Amino acid sequence: MSINTATIAPRALSRPGARPHPLVRLIRHSLVLARRSLIGVVRNPEALIDVTLQPVIFIAMFTYIFGGAITGGSQHDYLQFLLPGILAQTIAFGGVAIGVNLNSDIEKGVFDRFRSLPIARAAPLVGAVLSDVVRYTLLCVVTLGFGYVLGFRAQTGVLEVVAACLLAIAFALCLCWAAVFVGMVARTPGAVQGIMFLVLFPLTFATGTFVPVDTLPSWLQSFTKINPLTHLVDALRGLLLGGPVASDVLWTLGWMAALLVAFVPLALRAYGRRV
Amino acid sequence: MLSTVTTSTGKAETMDYAIEAEGLLKRYGETQALAGVDLRARPGSVLGVLGPNGAGKTTAVRILATLIRADGGTARVGGFDVVREPAQVRETIGLTGQYASVDELLTGEQNLTMIGQLLDLSRRQARARARELLTWFDLEAAAGRPARTYSGGMRRRLDLAASLVGRPAVVFLDEPTTGLDPSKREEMWRVIRDLVADGSTVLLTTQYLDEADALADEITVIDRGTVVAHDTPQALKRVVGGQRLTVRPADPARLSETAAIIGAIAGAPPERHDAGTTSVPVDGDAALAEAVSRLAEADIAVTELSLHLPSLDDVFFQLTGHDTTDAADAAPELIEEVGGTTREADHALHPVAGVVQ
Repeated sequence: MSINTATIAPRALSRPGARPHPLVRLIRHSLVLARRSLIGVVRNPEALIDVTLQPVIFIAMFTYIFGGAITGGSQHDYLQFLLPGILAQTIAFGGVAIGVNLNSDIEKGVFDRFRSLPIARAAPLVGAVLSDVVRYTLLCVVTLGFGYVLGFRAQTGVLEVVAACLLAIAFALCLCWAAVFVGMVARTPGAVQGIMFLVLFPLTFATGTFVPVDTLPSWLQSFTKINPLTHLVDALRGLLLGGPVASDVLWTLGWMAALLVAFVPLALRAYGRRV
Repeated sequence: MLSTVTTSTGKAETMDYAIEAEGLLKRYGETQALAGVDLRARPGSVLGVLGPNGAGKTTAVRILATLIRADGGTARVGGFDVVREPAQVRETIGLTGQYASVDELLTGEQNLTMIGQLLDLSRRQARARARELLTWFDLEAAAGRPARTYSGGMRRRLDLAASLVGRPAVVFLDEPTTGLDPSKREEMWRVIRDLVADGSTVLLTTQYLDEADALADEITVIDRGTVVAHDTPQALKRVVGGQRLTVRPADPARLSETAAIIGAIAGAPPERHDAGTTSVPVDGDAALAEAVSRLAEADIAVTELSLHLPSLDDVFFQLTGHDTTDAADAAPELIEEVGGTTREADHALHPVAGVVQ
């Protein structure tokens, strides 16, 4: 080690001018940390299985195993019916990874470093959520692309298809704050995954994704009416296959707002308290 | 550079201590991790916080670094209150944790550049700063490799480099050499000495008396969440006697006789241990040669004869009357709480000056 004392001499860094606005710093720090997460994804591509292979397997499995039985013959008809729902389901599950990753960051002590730095408090969480946009976008491309290969055809225009993807991504960005919160409070990364799966399985199956809602018992139908995933599935179906969407889109946006209002403060508070 | 600071009120005042904590309290469930700890470090000095696993060292560092809040007591770092002015404290400090907290998937250079950018440097400035530190820490060759491919010593250096990106005036080093082999420890010591030579204030926690002795200007000994001693290394060693001479006679029946002989050499009452050894504090290594000849005269065969610095265990025995292991046993939850993974406490790493078999 060559000794060059100037390298470590404590003195104020020449920081450019006055401190920027706190919101500017939050955005800037979040982007730096989002970039960190993305480098992690590139170095560790198996972390993308949940947004690439999972929708592929779900589409193929349901179309070819259950499709014939459910529609009484036509697997193509079932694919048309199924695909918007699979998009909603897999993008909801895509948020689990963020909670798992944040939990293991805390366990490894990486967050101690961030929390000892003079950065915007929420930046590590916001940065992680921002980087998930890339994962969700990839999921939309894979789901629609694989569906197209199997014969799925959107019945609407390009604008509606793009709108469907944007709605799904935006919904996932709100829902993943629940996973962030669980990631802050659960004891181990495995527990985060367990808790999130326990919540997401009923939420994503008690919808019109796999079967028409009117085939369900009435008590379950009452639940599907308030289930946020039902409205997302129906909104995506409308945007991809045509039909009225306004009511379901509004319901979905309402649920997105509710998820943010509930889980962002909870997650930030748990993050601040986590020892 | 730390002798005057501008407080949040805009008034410059003289600061006696770069780190000042009074009566820190922290409880985790049933475990009282800190039961009223005072710490003080003058600007530009090294404060060694010495104690076994579970003594509360890491908890104290985490409070001072604004990661957790104390249940009671006050602390100021660089003149700023850790509870009321955490942002200013974070501007002042660098933290190197017990478990190297670098991002394993990022390269060494990306790790340091990221910290620079988080400290509001431009991308270009952050990269320049990263390269400067990589060179200084002898990590240039590994700069482009993911940190997960680094050896333990390289990780520690990268972790320390990451805490120095912002040129902090106060640096917390939480057991910086635990788990490093002796040559890597020496290397780390050199880095820490250079840091201090440049005017940083360093708070160093350690389980090794020789480490605190080598680096610290003053040592605070913590046990079970309380301060049991605070002094200079010289004064502390006087308490336990500088070096110790330990003898194990081949025939256990002659232990008393052996104890009497070395007691006479040292002019101090010999201590007898269960393991069939006896030891005395001695000044200088002339005692070793004298012991060899006197024991030969008395025709006492020995299987072990050594001269060594007192270990942390010796210090603890002198100061508290109990072994270090008790303290570790008393707080198993805490160890899990602060570290995530528990590592073996290897207190036994004291250099042996001479062994005759």
